[in-house]
Amino acid sequence: MAKSKSAYSVPGKIGKIERHIIVVWVDNEAGVLARIAGLFSGRGYNIESLAVAEVDKKKHISRITIVTEGTPQVIEQINLQLKKLVPVHKVADFKRGEKDILFRELAMFKILGNTKKIEKVKKICKKFNPVILDKTKKSVVIQVTALRAEIDKLALDLKSLGLISTSRTGAVAMTKGSKIFS
Amino acid sequence: MPKLLSGAEIVFKALEDQKVEYIFGYPGGAVLPIYDELKNHKSVKHILARHEQGAGHSAEGYARSSGKPGVLLVTSGPGATNAVTALTDAYMDSVPLVCISGQVPTHLIGTDAFQECDTTGITRPCTKHNWLVKDVNDLSRVLHLAFEVATTGRPGPVLVDIPKDIQFKKGKYKFFKNSLKKKLNGKATHKISNTELDKFIDLIKKSSKPIFYTGGGVINSGPEASKHLRELVSLTGFPITSTLQGLGAYPGDDPQFLGMLGMHGTYEANNAMHDCDLMINIGARFDDRITGKVDEFSPGSKKIHVDIDPSSIGKNIKVDLAIVSDVTELLKSLIKRFKEKNKNFASSNKQKTSKWWEQIGKWREKKSLNFINSDKIIKPQYAVQRLYELTKNQDTFITTEVGQHQMWAAQHYKFNKPNRWMTSGGLGTMGYGLPAAIGVQIANPGKLVVDIAGEASVLMTMQEMSTAVQYRLPIKIFILNNEYMGMVRQWQELLHEKNYSESYTAALPDFVKLAESYGCVGIRAKTPGELDEKINEMISIDRPVIFDCVVDKAENCFPMIPSGKPHNQMILGPEEEEEISDEGKILV
Repeated sequence: MAKSKSAYSVPGKIGKIERHIIVVWVDNEAGVLARIAGLFSGRGYNIESLAVAEVDKKKHISRITIVTEGTPQVIEQINLQLKKLVPVHKVADFKRGEKDILFRELAMFKILGNTKKIEKVKKICKKFNPVILDKTKKSVVIQVTALRAEIDKLALDLKSLGLISTSRTGAVAMTKGSKIFS
Repeated sequence: MPKLLSGAEIVFKALEDQKVEYIFGYPGGAVLPIYDELKNHKSVKHILARHEQGAGHSAEGYARSSGKPGVLLVTSGPGATNAVTALTDAYMDSVPLVCISGQVPTHLIGTDAFQECDTTGITRPCTKHNWLVKDVNDLSRVLHLAFEVATTGRPGPVLVDIPKDIQFKKGKYKFFKNSLKKKLNGKATHKISNTELDKFIDLIKKSSKPIFYTGGGVINSGPEASKHLRELVSLTGFPITSTLQGLGAYPGDDPQFLGMLGMHGTYEANNAMHDCDLMINIGARFDDRITGKVDEFSPGSKKIHVDIDPSSIGKNIKVDLAIVSDVTELLKSLIKRFKEKNKNFASSNKQKTSKWWEQIGKWREKKSLNFINSDKIIKPQYAVQRLYELTKNQDTFITTEVGQHQMWAAQHYKFNKPNRWMTSGGLGTMGYGLPAAIGVQIANPGKLVVDIAGEASVLMTMQEMSTAVQYRLPIKIFILNNEYMGMVRQWQELLHEKNYSESYTAALPDFVKLAESYGCVGIRAKTPGELDEKINEMISIDRPVIFDCVVDKAENCFPMIPSGKPHNQMILGPEEEEEISDEGKILV
């Protein structure tokens, strides 16, 4: 063991890392996002992606979807710590890969190239609900919705076809069927 | 239409409705309208500190000794940043504080105005919640909500930032009672089920090597919790140990009490924690000074954890039965259910735990708190013991700073009542004890309040002596003066090859003269022979006293678990120091 002289104990065994999607309903008030983000950074939790917008105009409720990674113990702490925040109404937690949950991310790609190249782009994006948002003789802006890994791969594939700019959102999530998050 | 009040008037109206008697503070530009209003509200008395950190710790001392929330009033910018240490301290030790801070006028926020800082941004991680009030009509709601958040669930500090223009503006006042409908701490209002209680009782009945491990949650739950705890411990006949913050919840001189546990806890308490088959944690949080190396923490035991904060459960240690509840509520229902079916349990169960008590007896024989006394030089442990013996016949309140003296106080001063022991445990704030003693004395006029201090710590907030003199608060500052930052020196001796890097204070004030210059009394004791007489003199003086107790410079605080070690590997005293392995050094 290295001869460090820490005043604190050495770390114990570390559990298996899992990826979770955490959905938080909050009062849409000043500073609420800083409270959530500060909780994550202050306690050393990861935020892989984050999506937030008001979903109830009347009650001013925002829905925040956070993708995070951690051991089961850390994930449990994230849930419990979030619930303690005063503006938080409820928290839902899902393991990545759970079957009855839908996830989507949205991405916009700007591609430079001639019509031929752009046709190729459209073909590659076909499976991911492509929408052409803007088109000139030399460029195209295309929007897709897909899973994170799929967008990662798309961005890689489009590189050789003239991709010059990518903009993407964090994941949003919803349950399948008639059930809602509780 | 209701009468319109200015923001400053609303602040006092809310304080009056919350039955606040004392506020601790320091004026400045951005809170002047509130200070201007002070004269019109005779029921709220303001205690002028000498530094906002001092005001904050005084408010903490007030809260911890009275059970009521402490209120703090500071100005913007440096006023708010100076209060941050006290807020963080209160956050770590679950002390209810309401801090009201002034802010630059709303139109100047964000312009780097004079004495502007992002107060809510800075205090977000050290408060349960905070608010920047931008509309005077929100002010009364926010203030009452602030008191509710601070005092419910797991208590803690909150902050309300009020821009100067809002303090002038007229608005409506309303007394919001229980404005907060939702649960503050997750399942804070969780009803305890009989299934949970039966499981609890079943674990108690099956155990042959049980131990109660209780903490600050018992104190925070109110004096009734301590009464119930005493009843439960007597009903079961089980041994009990306490964390630093829990001292006083159970009588320190009771035979069932094993003393404090943890890094500087007793040999019997720590070994019992390690070897037990049932650990009943009531209101403690398995922090790292208690558990040591978590992988080897009490390996063979079933664990029960009662805590009001759901996020405390499973954070550091996995448990077998977790109950989210207020301690009083839980103990009340548990005792009731336990008594229904288990008459004379303690005597009928005696046989089952007799071997365990025998073992505890053997550990006790080690007398781990012993030290080699001297007739020439005052040993710090001896000083605390004498202080205890000479003050135990009256209702004494003890505060401390942070370091060796704090641990010696915890080991050798025996508390019999809750709310008599105020120390900075979580944050470990040097400079806590003197201002805390001021708050304690305000809340408990006529009682003896002693700050057991170190000379290094006490200099950090020494200016508050002036506050004590101004308000005629006869606090006693009992300094164990070894001229070193003792705990730092101890670690350097044991772990850093006696390289005493910057832990010696080469120039110290003459504390007796310092006392006189503040207008209070200075006493110095240099030999064990004169100690009792001087302590008695200190107690008899009805004015603030600084007591310079000149102690052995080289004394170390034992026993000690090198942090990162399991509980059964303690160092008992100087004769064992040589045995610390290289690995041990890493872990302390």
